[in-house]
Amino acid sequence: MQKTYYDPADLKKFGKITEWNEELGTKFFDYYGKVFEEGKLSAREKSLIALAVAHTEQCPYCIDAYTQDGLQRGITKEEMMEALHVGAAIKAGATLVHGVQMMNKVNKLEM
Amino acid sequence: MIKSLHKRKSDLANSNRQLEILSNGIFQNGDLPKFKDKIAETGQFPLKAKKLEILQINVGYMCNQVCEHCHVDAGPDRKEIMTRETMKQCLEVIKNTGAHTLDLTGGAPEMNPDFRWFVDEASKAGIKDFIVRSNLTIIRANKKYYDLPEFFKQHNVHVISSMPHWTKGKTDKQRGDGVFDKSIQALKDLNAVGYGIPDSDLRLDLVYNPSGAFLPGNQASMEKDFKKALKEDFDIHFHNLFAITNLPIARFLDYLIASENYEDYMYSLVEAYNPAAVKNVMCTNTLSISWDGYLYDCDFNQMLNLPVNSNVKHISEYNEELLDGRTITISQHCYGCTAGAGSSCQGSVT
Repeated sequence: MQKTYYDPADLKKFGKITEWNEELGTKFFDYYGKVFEEGKLSAREKSLIALAVAHTEQCPYCIDAYTQDGLQRGITKEEMMEALHVGAAIKAGATLVHGVQMMNKVNKLEM
Repeated sequence: MIKSLHKRKSDLANSNRQLEILSNGIFQNGDLPKFKDKIAETGQFPLKAKKLEILQINVGYMCNQVCEHCHVDAGPDRKEIMTRETMKQCLEVIKNTGAHTLDLTGGAPEMNPDFRWFVDEASKAGIKDFIVRSNLTIIRANKKYYDLPEFFKQHNVHVISSMPHWTKGKTDKQRGDGVFDKSIQALKDLNAVGYGIPDSDLRLDLVYNPSGAFLPGNQASMEKDFKKALKEDFDIHFHNLFAITNLPIARFLDYLIASENYEDYMYSLVEAYNPAAVKNVMCTNTLSISWDGYLYDCDFNQMLNLPVNSNVKHISEYNEELLDGRTITISQHCYGCTAGAGSSCQGSVT
């Protein structure tokens, strides 16, 4: 029996998702490829965004993939960590900003 | 400074051991296809040499640096150096070759005591593109080398230099402490005499090798990033950047095994295999000559001691017509030249 939920080898099989729905799988990969092309944002900038989101989504496949992608693009570890802090800050901010809702509720209910 | 595999008496100093590793394990149990079978899928086996375009001469394995990824296993402790006698034999070939490019490499070619004499003589042959692969730090290694930029200029040499990254951290990690600062100074020295300046005929190109177990990114994007960073941070100019894949041989193979990255790296190379790159791999238009005058399909085969598949084995019996059309000797390290956009001493091949 498989002992872990994630297997690094599964990342290489990602393309196989088209086998069970070719139309949607193909559309997804076309879209994915297009998104990461050079545009108004450089492919390098997109790689750093992807790395930060990979962490906020806590996707081990994406973390592996975009760490490797960053290295291939010559992105430094300092740049990678800075991007992660942006993701972490938004996660922390998103948690804390809900504190206003808590405060509103407390202020409404308390005498 | 680390020592060469030869000095350390490592198993991997033996090219047969390297070839054994590259043919066993994942390539023997069928997990990954052998290079021969892979190129056969598109009818490209056997790989044949085309008309010779590039004559690459390795004038010795001695080097002032000991880079972690070096496929030559070069270093100060390597004593294999081309003699003037062999250089004279090379000059005969250079005078009569149909090749348009002469490419001197090492080690640090400048450390060969007859280097300047050889450049002086070879430049008289009038070959269109005369390359010297300079590691940059040699220019700042000792006062006797300070005038190299001027010497290169006098002989209209095309300088190709290694620069693993535009940051100090990544460069020094791959090449040793202090390499980045010396390289920057050397690039400034080359710029000062006109090398690398836009529109200058004095060509200065840089070579980028990844500093770890990953493949190089897109060559054009990397060139843009290198140019921007070197211009902004140091006011340095250069012409082109060649992104070269590290081949899994010699010290890079040693690193891959020691860091437990060997199998993953070979998977990456095979996954990135690009059949379109095969027809332009450099071994099909290049001939590599070793310090002792033996002939190889490429510098990598030279280091693996895989000689040309021809009756002509040595510079003393050189015959270009007999060498044209020879079958190229291949093994699994060749995946390094066919990954992604392909890789050669002149960068991408597609």
